[in-house]
Amino acid sequence: MPVINVDELTDKDKAVMEVNQKKLEVKLERWLTSKCCEEVKEYIQAREEEDILVKGIPEEKNPFKEKGGCVIC
Amino acid sequence: MAAEKAEIDALKKECDGLRTKIEAARKAVNDSTMTDAAGGVDTVGRVQLKLRKTLKGHLAKIYAMHWAADSRQMVSASQDGKLLIWDTFTGNKLIAVPLKSAWVMSVAFAPSGNLVASGGLDNICTVYNIKSASPKTLRELDAHTGYLSCCRFLSDSEILTASGDTTCCLWDLETGKQKIIFTNHIGDCMSLALSPDGNTFISGACDSLAKLWDLREGTCKQTFSGHTSDINAISFFPSGNAVITGSDDCSCKMYDLRADQEVTGYQDTSLNAGVTSLALSNSGRLIFAGYDDFNCHIWDTLKGEKVGVLSGHDNRVSCTGVPEDGMGVCTGSWDSFLKLWN
Repeated sequence: MPVINVDELTDKDKAVMEVNQKKLEVKLERWLTSKCCEEVKEYIQAREEEDILVKGIPEEKNPFKEKGGCVIC
Repeated sequence: MAAEKAEIDALKKECDGLRTKIEAARKAVNDSTMTDAAGGVDTVGRVQLKLRKTLKGHLAKIYAMHWAADSRQMVSASQDGKLLIWDTFTGNKLIAVPLKSAWVMSVAFAPSGNLVASGGLDNICTVYNIKSASPKTLRELDAHTGYLSCCRFLSDSEILTASGDTTCCLWDLETGKQKIIFTNHIGDCMSLALSPDGNTFISGACDSLAKLWDLREGTCKQTFSGHTSDINAISFFPSGNAVITGSDDCSCKMYDLRADQEVTGYQDTSLNAGVTSLALSNSGRLIFAGYDDFNCHIWDTLKGEKVGVLSGHDNRVSCTGVPEDGMGVCTGSWDSFLKLWN
């Protein structure tokens, strides 16, 4: 793998790099945002019920709860 | 000189033309925002998490934290020159790793739990074996020409780093050598995240761009723009099909990979502080974003609204993390404390 020394890239090198990258990206096939957002929504809704940070957790099952105090007899 | 300038001008013109084409292609598929799609979804209501533990032990600003794969251990890094490995169930410190350089900016736990890595202004990513009797330096990965801003293990034999030298790098831990250098950003790389399927990763940089990379081919596949300042934090949405970013421009954004564009922004006129870190809850419904205003604000991913806040730190929240089992959130701060919430 050729090692590109970033410090040695000239302004022209950087311009070439940017053009080449855009040539790649212009060819991408893009989905409708409505379809993409729908999928994100469905992903979340299928898992929300089990999401502790959304639904909460009963005290006795909470691994982070402060342990009870000790009683000294 | 004039010939060179003419060449650069021609290239810039070509670049502008391509950029216009890309923007037009994005616009053509932009028929809905996330908020539109989420119109019929119930609100999550006010998310009020409780502070469960405050972990005290560091003596200076905390810059980074990372959960272990067991969702119980966690490693934190402070400019007091130490990494601390915690048992978050008991609050106990298990291991302290003294650092050669105190100027640490990033820390990572290997999925196996055997190794941790850290780095910062020394430009080096140091990997430690924490299973030996006392923590032992396994490798010093020294080739970046700028600070180490982020590191993430793929396994015990490969690690990915992001650097202020504008590159990201995949290293072979068995040889200690660079395998692939990812070059395309024109600003310091500030953060990276691995895709759930392990084939790609994303990086956020000071050029205000997020880039998606093919891990094995070394190529940049997609570039996401829109932020107007440094991207400090980046994460995949759990499905792997979208990316969330946090920036010094005080906003977070969600970019969908298949639409190749931003689908929602998360910002509020009352929030005038930069985003330092972010993490998502397991379903992806909540975004926990750490800000310079000492708080971690909670966003509803679908509706784009602020739904809660984790308050309690006395200085900037520098790092945020949700463990794999999604049981809680950890925030780390310049106030030297880590807090656990759920």
